Amino acid sequence: MYKELMKSIREYKKPSILSPIFVTIEVLMECIIPFYVAELVNQIKNGCSIDVIVKYGCILVVMAGISLAGGVLAGSAAATASSGFARNLRKDIFYRIQNYSFENIDKFSTPSLVTRMTTDITNVQMAYMMIIRVAVRCPLMLVFSFVMAFVMGGRMASIFLIVAPILGIGLGLVVWKTMPLFRKVFRKYDALNNSIQENVRGMRVVKSFVREDYETKKFNAAAEDVCRDFTRAEKILAINNPLMQFCLYVVMVFVLSFGSYMIISTRGLSLDVGQFSALLTYSFQILSSLMMVSMVFVMITMANESVHRIVEVLQEEPAITSPENAITEVKDGSIDFDHVNFKYASRANKMVLSDIDLHIRSGELIGIIGGTGSAKSSLIQLIPRLYDATEGDVKVGGVDVRDYDLEALRDQVAVVLQKNVLFSGTIKENLRWGNPNATDAEIEEACRLAQADEFVQKFPQKYDTYIEQGGTNVSGGQKQRLCIARALLKKPKILILDDSTSAVDTKTDALIRKAFREFIPETTKIIIAQRTSSVEDADRIIVMNQGRIDAIGTHTELLKNNAIYREVYTSQNKAGDQDA
Amino acid sequence: MHKNKKAKKSHTLLRLFKMLFRFYPVMMPLVVFLIIFSAVVSSAPSLFMQNIISLVESSWQAGDWGAVSGQILSLVGVLVVFYVLSLASAFAFTRMMAIITQGFLKKLRVQMFGGMQKLPLRYFDTNNHGDIMSHYTNDIDTLRQLVSQSLPQLLIAGITVLTVFCIMLYFSIWMTLVVILGVIVMLLITKKIGGGSARFFIRQQKSLGEVEGYVEEIMNGQKVVKVFCHEEASKADFDRVNDELFRNMEKANKYANTLGPILNNIGNVLYVIVALAGGLFLLSGTANVSISGLAFSISIVVPFLNMTKQFAGNIGQVSQQINPVVMGLAGAERIFELMDQEPETDEGYVTLVNAREENGQIVECSEHTGVWAWKHPHSADGSVTYTRLRGDVRLNHVDFGYTPEKTVLHDITLYAEAGQKVAFVGATGAGKTTITNLINRFYDIADGKIRYDGININKIKKADLRRSMGIVLQDSNLFSGTVMENIRYGKLDATDEECIAAAKLAGADDFITRLPNGYDTQIAANGSSLSQGQCQLLTIARAAVADPPVMILDEATSSIDTRTEAIVQRGMDALMKGRTVFVIAHRLSTVKNSDVIMVLENGRIIERGSHEKLLEEKGKYYQLYTGAFELE
Repeated sequence: MYKELMKSIREYKKPSILSPIFVTIEVLMECIIPFYVAELVNQIKNGCSIDVIVKYGCILVVMAGISLAGGVLAGSAAATASSGFARNLRKDIFYRIQNYSFENIDKFSTPSLVTRMTTDITNVQMAYMMIIRVAVRCPLMLVFSFVMAFVMGGRMASIFLIVAPILGIGLGLVVWKTMPLFRKVFRKYDALNNSIQENVRGMRVVKSFVREDYETKKFNAAAEDVCRDFTRAEKILAINNPLMQFCLYVVMVFVLSFGSYMIISTRGLSLDVGQFSALLTYSFQILSSLMMVSMVFVMITMANESVHRIVEVLQEEPAITSPENAITEVKDGSIDFDHVNFKYASRANKMVLSDIDLHIRSGELIGIIGGTGSAKSSLIQLIPRLYDATEGDVKVGGVDVRDYDLEALRDQVAVVLQKNVLFSGTIKENLRWGNPNATDAEIEEACRLAQADEFVQKFPQKYDTYIEQGGTNVSGGQKQRLCIARALLKKPKILILDDSTSAVDTKTDALIRKAFREFIPETTKIIIAQRTSSVEDADRIIVMNQGRIDAIGTHTELLKNNAIYREVYTSQNKAGDQDA
Repeated sequence: MHKNKKAKKSHTLLRLFKMLFRFYPVMMPLVVFLIIFSAVVSSAPSLFMQNIISLVESSWQAGDWGAVSGQILSLVGVLVVFYVLSLASAFAFTRMMAIITQGFLKKLRVQMFGGMQKLPLRYFDTNNHGDIMSHYTNDIDTLRQLVSQSLPQLLIAGITVLTVFCIMLYFSIWMTLVVILGVIVMLLITKKIGGGSARFFIRQQKSLGEVEGYVEEIMNGQKVVKVFCHEEASKADFDRVNDELFRNMEKANKYANTLGPILNNIGNVLYVIVALAGGLFLLSGTANVSISGLAFSISIVVPFLNMTKQFAGNIGQVSQQINPVVMGLAGAERIFELMDQEPETDEGYVTLVNAREENGQIVECSEHTGVWAWKHPHSADGSVTYTRLRGDVRLNHVDFGYTPEKTVLHDITLYAEAGQKVAFVGATGAGKTTITNLINRFYDIADGKIRYDGININKIKKADLRRSMGIVLQDSNLFSGTVMENIRYGKLDATDEECIAAAKLAGADDFITRLPNGYDTQIAANGSSLSQGQCQLLTIARAAVADPPVMILDEATSSIDTRTEAIVQRGMDALMKGRTVFVIAHRLSTVKNSDVIMVLENGRIIERGSHEKLLEEKGKYYQLYTGAFELE
């Protein structure tokens, strides 16, 4: 798991390695400084001259300078390394998601992906910075301090051999006890925040059902639950500090009493006063390093959850990729379904599409009609290989879609999706998604076909009109027509409209189809629609029902022979009725 | 301006403290006391230590342990007592702090959430939902850091600095001045670097927001990206925002990371300077000025050196807390802003009660009778009248604007008699939804009058008014939970049978029973596991189980195919029998059989009448109907 993560360090290996090196220098100085300070204290005590103090002072200032340089360099290297690591991680995740197929996209919800790319990566970044700074610093400090303590304090230092393990075990226990609690509570915390989000989004519903009190009660219970678990974990964690202080005090008392005894009884032979105070300094350093180690542990384990969630995205294999030696030329717009069965998840036991056997000639206009859940969208999504058929073959231009280069195939099979999206940017920018090199004339031409030119020209800034995120500043019908124009700009051999004119009035709808017939006759057109009026003039109409083709035929034929089609038709035309 | 901001900050801090003390009137003072006690108690041992060291110093040459052992051991004994006290208080206050922090956050959350439920819909319509959410996530998180770590640490550091400062003055004022000079330098550096750090942290937050926004937009349209093979282009765009974030993040962390070592080593240098100064004072024989009146000696210089270290260390501690404090206060400010929002006011006094008809008179009763009445107390004579709830809604010359400058509804007059179906047709922004927002008082009208069963709706308690109306919206807004729980949302005490009956009525039973766990199927966040049409059927069932006399259907069936709609319509028609219904739809087939159809344009009713009448008029509706015109 971590291996996958480490791949993203790349060009930041250098600062990642430099940081611990600088830290080592800093730690080294920090450990020697008390040694010299002890000497200085002794010198002052012995009533030395001012130049001795100056000499020691200079040494100390130089060492402080080195330590400072080490610290600053380590700090900034760590900042570069961790920020860079985070940047690469975000990039890798984003790039990976771009390579996902529909099946992969369905697995992750947008908010969960956004959280992974922000909060989770920040957690990992913090932990990484901790590791290359603190996690190196503490063990080093521990070792150096131990060595120095033994050098200076001799036998006295053996007290650390007793106290340090006690503290270590204590801290270990705390970490071991709190980790599962934290993991649990963070999940609950996520759930709590999710419920707030639902509440905010559904406020109109909450208010109109007068459920404010109910929502508050529900929330209070959940908040109480989170609070209880958090308090339990933090109470255990609260032992850390006093435990560390306790150990420090034990050392102090020991050093003060036993040390005094040693100094006095040996007449300062085995220990002098300066060493004595240095010992105290080292004891502080040793114990606080241990403490920091435990904190790092806590942080790393907390980040662990985030690592999991990040790696999950990174390791998700794109379900559909271009084959080797892929075919890059789509011959024509013919489509063949040979006994195709399809289901979204391999574990699902029910097929979404069953036994589809369908052959469409190049240039045909095909209509598809069927109720909610009759798998109309699933059917057409197999053509540009947005999903792979579970059984059977789908062919475009006589070639199995799995043999094409994906980009080549999708450039020739343009789909206007049901849940279509415009992106923030000008109309022109949005339309150029279809063809980055499209000239202004080509753009206007496509818009004329999609009946969008007229309203675009009415905007004050015409094709440079800025579209807000999600396309909120154009109406539903306008959005749909822009999406159609965008697909037309691809000049595809197959054009598929998945319920893409539902918000367009019938007259314009008819005009769009007329333009299709006149201007792109050789393009195969597939139109999924709710209204029979949208498909009436199609060459053939496919009636879908519960994942099967119920009938294929022209409007007149179906009206005569197909019950479902007749029912849909009459439900919309009982009183000569149409939609606006 | 700058001053103002500062005043606001200190005000926020004060308010935070007030809340803490109000929530924990016993524990908070106790914690503060314990923190102070512990800080004082743990700085005191340095005095005893000094005594022990000077004892050792004076007697080590004698080498007679027995002579001084009693004195030393008793000093050590006192030390142990102090240590035990310090430990006990530290243990107690950290534990209490854990309880207080979590409890405080919980109470804050609960208050925020409870307060938020009382806010008018305007707040949710005018504020970004992600932004509202971040009060509960980011802001609360910064507060957690502030309360649990920064505040206690600052207090401890402050007290320690103060205690040490007093002891320093006790020993020597000259030396103290040297230390103070050093501390001033440290503070200046802290301010400079800390300021830079804060500036870039703020930029980092902004870039983070940009990355978040970009990712969200692209992920939402990820399928479109795939269909258009636009992956490479979006990668390039992403790299741009991502690199910007990296630059700000790197700088912010660089500043933050270097502050520690710099202060630490200035502390070391200060140590040397104090030693030098001490040496100089000693050698030059400068007269000491101090509280204690002690003359310069080694036993002053040595403890002074230790205290310098302690002093510098604590300043370092304080500097580490700058970022959390700045961010915590900003978070607190935003949280208070949310909590200070004006709640929805309600001066209504007419309530909805269960009623029974006795001898042609409406009588209030406690049990559910299926008959409802408005209970209307009259303050003038103290009498109470009952009006039967029928669902008669009348708007008289209503004007309204979301902001005072821009009127969106002009002179709307309409009568919906009990049991009538009234439809609104018109382009996006014509004001269809706005009218329904006024009827259930999500917003209050600027001019005119709305009467419900003859009562001015301003007199009706909002909760009762809304309870008498069901609403089905285009965005389905389901809540995570089972299908059954979602239906029951309409009527909390509904039995399973009632819920299933409502689902059948809405035509939802069919697909629910085909779900893997039927009515017990868990619905993931906002129904992402169901199709849009299925979600809408569930919301219709939810409204059906509430069984209200007035129903508002705002594009309720727009995601359902016409065939299914026809099925649902049958159920709805049955449900709506004898009830008032407001329908908003752009599918004319949905509104055709309404009693009255209102055609809205730019906030005015331009045509009204039945389907047939409007067709005869050959106006806008006729054009729409014949497909000559498109709604936008």
